[in-house]
Amino acid sequence: MSDKRVKDQSFVQRALHRPEMGAFCGTVLVLIFFFLIASDNGMFQPDGIRNWSIVAAQFAIIASGACLLMIAGEFDLSIGSMIGFSGMVLAIGSIHFGLPVWLSIIIAFILSVLLGAVNGFLVIKTKLPSFIVTLAFLYILRGLTIFMSITTTQKTILSGMRPLAKDDWLAPFFGGEVLTGVFVWMGNQGWIEVFSRGKFEGQPVVSGIPMLIVWAIGLIIFGQWLLTKTKFGNWIFAAGGDEHAAAYAGIPVNRVKILMFMFTAFCACVFAMCQVTEFGSAGADRGLLKEFEAIICVVIGGALLTGGYGSVIGAGLGAIMFGVVQQGLFFSGAESSLFRVFLGGLLLVAVIINTYIRRAVIGAGD
Amino acid sequence: MRVIDMADAILKLKNIKKHFGSVIALDGVSFDLKPGECHCLLGDNGAGKSTFIKVMSGAHQPTDGQVYFDDEPVNFKTPHDAIARGIATVYQDLGMIPLMSVARNFFMGNEPEVRRFGIKHFDLETANRITMSEMAAMGINLRGPDQPVGTLSGGERQTIAIARAVYFGAKVLILDEPTSALGVRQTSKVLATVDKVRTAGVAVVFISHNIRHALAVGDRFTVLNRGTTLGTAKRGEISSEELQKMMAGGEDLAKPDGSLGWTV
Repeated sequence: MSDKRVKDQSFVQRALHRPEMGAFCGTVLVLIFFFLIASDNGMFQPDGIRNWSIVAAQFAIIASGACLLMIAGEFDLSIGSMIGFSGMVLAIGSIHFGLPVWLSIIIAFILSVLLGAVNGFLVIKTKLPSFIVTLAFLYILRGLTIFMSITTTQKTILSGMRPLAKDDWLAPFFGGEVLTGVFVWMGNQGWIEVFSRGKFEGQPVVSGIPMLIVWAIGLIIFGQWLLTKTKFGNWIFAAGGDEHAAAYAGIPVNRVKILMFMFTAFCACVFAMCQVTEFGSAGADRGLLKEFEAIICVVIGGALLTGGYGSVIGAGLGAIMFGVVQQGLFFSGAESSLFRVFLGGLLLVAVIINTYIRRAVIGAGD
Repeated sequence: MRVIDMADAILKLKNIKKHFGSVIALDGVSFDLKPGECHCLLGDNGAGKSTFIKVMSGAHQPTDGQVYFDDEPVNFKTPHDAIARGIATVYQDLGMIPLMSVARNFFMGNEPEVRRFGIKHFDLETANRITMSEMAAMGINLRGPDQPVGTLSGGERQTIAIARAVYFGAKVLILDEPTSALGVRQTSKVLATVDKVRTAGVAVVFISHNIRHALAVGDRFTVLNRGTTLGTAKRGEISSEELQKMMAGGEDLAKPDGSLGWTV
């Protein structure tokens, strides 16, 4: 029955063909490395873990959107500018114009998702590479954000969100924490450290899980589910794999791509809402270079720059790797500029491995 | 020799003309197709084969002439109108996505769904099971339903594309140069697939400029030359030399001139 030329694949070979495999190995290696060199500096204490997992979660939120968009065959270079823009919309709305915070948050989401749709629409209609169209939006949005904040408030950094956000019903979904009771209980049990003096005496050093992390996990699970378990996910793969073949099979390629641009903008807005409500201020220069960091996470996670292949879980692992390395170098007292060297190197290695894997996948016919 | 049943034609094209500006691509071509037959459309490059099948598949609208499906006049505005009637086109390089698995390719655009927790999911178990059995019926041994299409040979990809079209209810299958990029063994595989679907009652239009491939599988042969047809011949009534001559428009093919000494 079986063809002798078709070799049975071992479990290891099968695992190697999963797109997130490289990111998984990389994450394990990075964790082991920093556990060995930085664990005595508190990196793996509860507050240390909280520190790098917040950084990783920030990357993961924007990477999950960028990942689905890249698999659908497009880029968005305006993610960073979108973060600055939507954060500023929230701050100007609630601080300058005195709107309720929940209303400003909803306005920020509507505007970002609409701008995402405009991005997608322009890419589809002009048939230009999304690289160019969204590069234009990188500048347009950043410029508009600075213009908007200077003409309304004469400032580029707006602070004072914290008291407004505290009494709002929607803001805690971005700036709040969950499982605070569990952490108090763990502190009382002596499982985690508690503050020994000061205002917070007796309280655990980590008071709960920030919503930022909840969003990151939620978006990754949603993205991976959408991609691998639904009909729409098959359309995403097809739209990025070969849009002509997908269109011929009856898939609404344009709709898929525009929706993914909108989802990417949604993720950027989630990032901004969490940042502004948690840290209490918005700045017109927020989110600088975030688009590239998101793309790097996605590529480290095993996705192909050319589309049609990738994994949202991989992008999440890429984000963890990113966060661990950035904060790990900080904890171990290394020169922080080395982080960028490491990042560039990591990106290069990831792209080379991905290209090799793709050749292995599609180059073996006949 | 196979006997074609004398059932009525499922698809008829009468006196089709297609002009692109001042260029006359088709100048009154007639063609008919019966269920269970393989009708070969032969012609040299530029003879109008592509334009003609695009009229058949709804990608082009004829300037003049009428298309009939099941004896009913039809006007296909888009390829989807034709697909809805059961006319599927398998293009040589279009249709399969190399990075996606065989099962995901097979059900692309026609994903089966199942409700879990009240939410519609892509029913991958069903997709995988059907893909494996359909591929086995076509004589392709897959490592698994998750094997990427890119690891398969060109002939196997053509076979999957054909099997997919037939599985989703194609009554008329238009194959555009299915063998032109394939080696000998791969070609024979595709020709065997064509024979299988024809036996199952599907009407096949086989476009080629390779007379040997056409003679190996065709029941009838129509030759196009410069936008006109030189008539339709049945299997056994025509030799490959005659077909060759018709494709060349009645002229003898150029023989290498000895005086050139093979320097061209």
